[in-house]
Amino acid sequence: MNAELDELYQQVLLDHAKRPRNFGEIAEGAVHVHGDNPSCGDEIHLHVRFGEDRGVEEIKFTGHGCAISLASASLMTMKLRGRTAAEATALATALRELVTTEVAEPTAALGDLRVLGGVRKFPQRVKCAMLPWRAFEQAQAGNAGSGRVSTEA
Amino acid sequence: MHAPAPRSIDWAALRADFPILQQEIRGRPLIYFDNAASTQRPRAVLDALRHFDEHDHANVHRGLHELSSRATDAYEGARQKVARFIGAANAEEIVFTRGTTEAINLVANSWGAKFLKAGDVILLTELEHHSNLVPWQLLAERTGARLRFVPVRVEDGTLELEQLGALLTPEVKLFAFTHISNGIGTINPVAELCRAARAVGAVSLVDAAQSAGHLPLDVQQIGCDFLAFSGHKMCAPTGTGVLYGRAEILEQMPPWHGGGEMIVSVTLEKSTFKTPPHRFEAGTPNISGAVGLAAAIDYLEQIGRDRIFAHDRALTEHAQVQLAGIPGVQVLGPREERGALVSFVMESAHPHDLTTFADQQGLALRGGHHCNQPLMRKLKLPGTTRASFYFYNTHAEVDAMMEILRAAQRYFG
Repeated sequence: MNAELDELYQQVLLDHAKRPRNFGEIAEGAVHVHGDNPSCGDEIHLHVRFGEDRGVEEIKFTGHGCAISLASASLMTMKLRGRTAAEATALATALRELVTTEVAEPTAALGDLRVLGGVRKFPQRVKCAMLPWRAFEQAQAGNAGSGRVSTEA
Repeated sequence: MHAPAPRSIDWAALRADFPILQQEIRGRPLIYFDNAASTQRPRAVLDALRHFDEHDHANVHRGLHELSSRATDAYEGARQKVARFIGAANAEEIVFTRGTTEAINLVANSWGAKFLKAGDVILLTELEHHSNLVPWQLLAERTGARLRFVPVRVEDGTLELEQLGALLTPEVKLFAFTHISNGIGTINPVAELCRAARAVGAVSLVDAAQSAGHLPLDVQQIGCDFLAFSGHKMCAPTGTGVLYGRAEILEQMPPWHGGGEMIVSVTLEKSTFKTPPHRFEAGTPNISGAVGLAAAIDYLEQIGRDRIFAHDRALTEHAQVQLAGIPGVQVLGPREERGALVSFVMESAHPHDLTTFADQQGLALRGGHHCNQPLMRKLKLPGTTRASFYFYNTHAEVDAMMEILRAAQRYFG
């Protein structure tokens, strides 16, 4: 297969797509955001429990979608748990930059999330990678209860 | 009248008529299997457009000069050609639109506004493309009419026609349905559906977007009141389309767009309107588009739509048989009697991952809901991967697709 494709579908990404981590719901005290990508039917239900200081105490998701959106959600939950509000915001910004702009040296803080950099060569798939992150930003913005986010809105 | 079709067709030679197909994508020969979304244009159509733009272009119907006469002749000649192409009784029954979507919106806005009232029912099917659903939702909201649907059988993608009797009650004023499902390929028995509609006094509308370029169509044999299709799905340019309306119905319909071309006389307070079809064509139309549509019709009729149908059917059957041999792949829709497409799901790969993978090998597929969100919901699928064919596609291309699908399965599996 060609290099661009292999850069998009790196083993780490495919592994997270096949065995998503933190796949489930949070029973109590969580903000719930339903994100969808109506153009391809991807859906994510993101549950985030924030601490007193708006840090990410617990984060889980359910849903279905393509390998990129599932892996992005799985990697995101691993990365964000235990982060302060400021750290989480910075990661979201760095991730958006990674998948939308040509960055010479992706922020080291992104860690495993750097596998999503291959999306940059596939502009139609950027929104797949961003869907979980947009849901998270929505969760951050809301205080409690449920919200919605859509790639087409 | 068009020339009689030759006895045998050299399909490979026809393929050479399409400049766009003679290219490589990322070092692989392009395999274009997205024909249900839009077909490609042969040189004959491209040449006709260019010739018109270089020699004959002017506005139609009003200039008293040579170019305007030529442009008007070309435009109205295209209308005559379309009428013959679909067996309409006369050219006044042919309204040019931007495409199927606009044709359906025209009916919803003009016919619907005049003839529908609260409590009436618009009968549709669960197979419809959004363009034969959303205009009726909007109309229902405006008028207080209700929508009702003929269910689709999940097992084979056909309509539950045994329910038709119960659904076609006297409140049904319009029955609109697709001829061929763009999502899963079901071919509906349109003549039977139109007969059933007429029996309860309902007006019928056939969405022929997927059929007009693929099989012989005769509106009088079908017995429909309206039929809509797009030029760009049958070798013509985008922005061309047709609404066929039975003369006595079109005559009763009010204008839906106001402007030049559609009026007889205008005062500051009031206007009177032309007869159909011009009543429904406000403003300068897509003149060169109509020229291109006429050239596409000539081209298709030289081949013969019965031959195109047979060719596409053989190709589709070949694809169905091959797909059935790949474990973990499920083909949707009817086993037999289907349009020129296969819609399928692969266990190990989401439609969008599969489509991206295929694209890297030069294979153009479509992944997603195909503007069929309610149908996908009914089938409990987020979407499918679709390969849709036309007469310039080959068995060798289908075989190449199978290799790519097997490789994708290994890649994602």
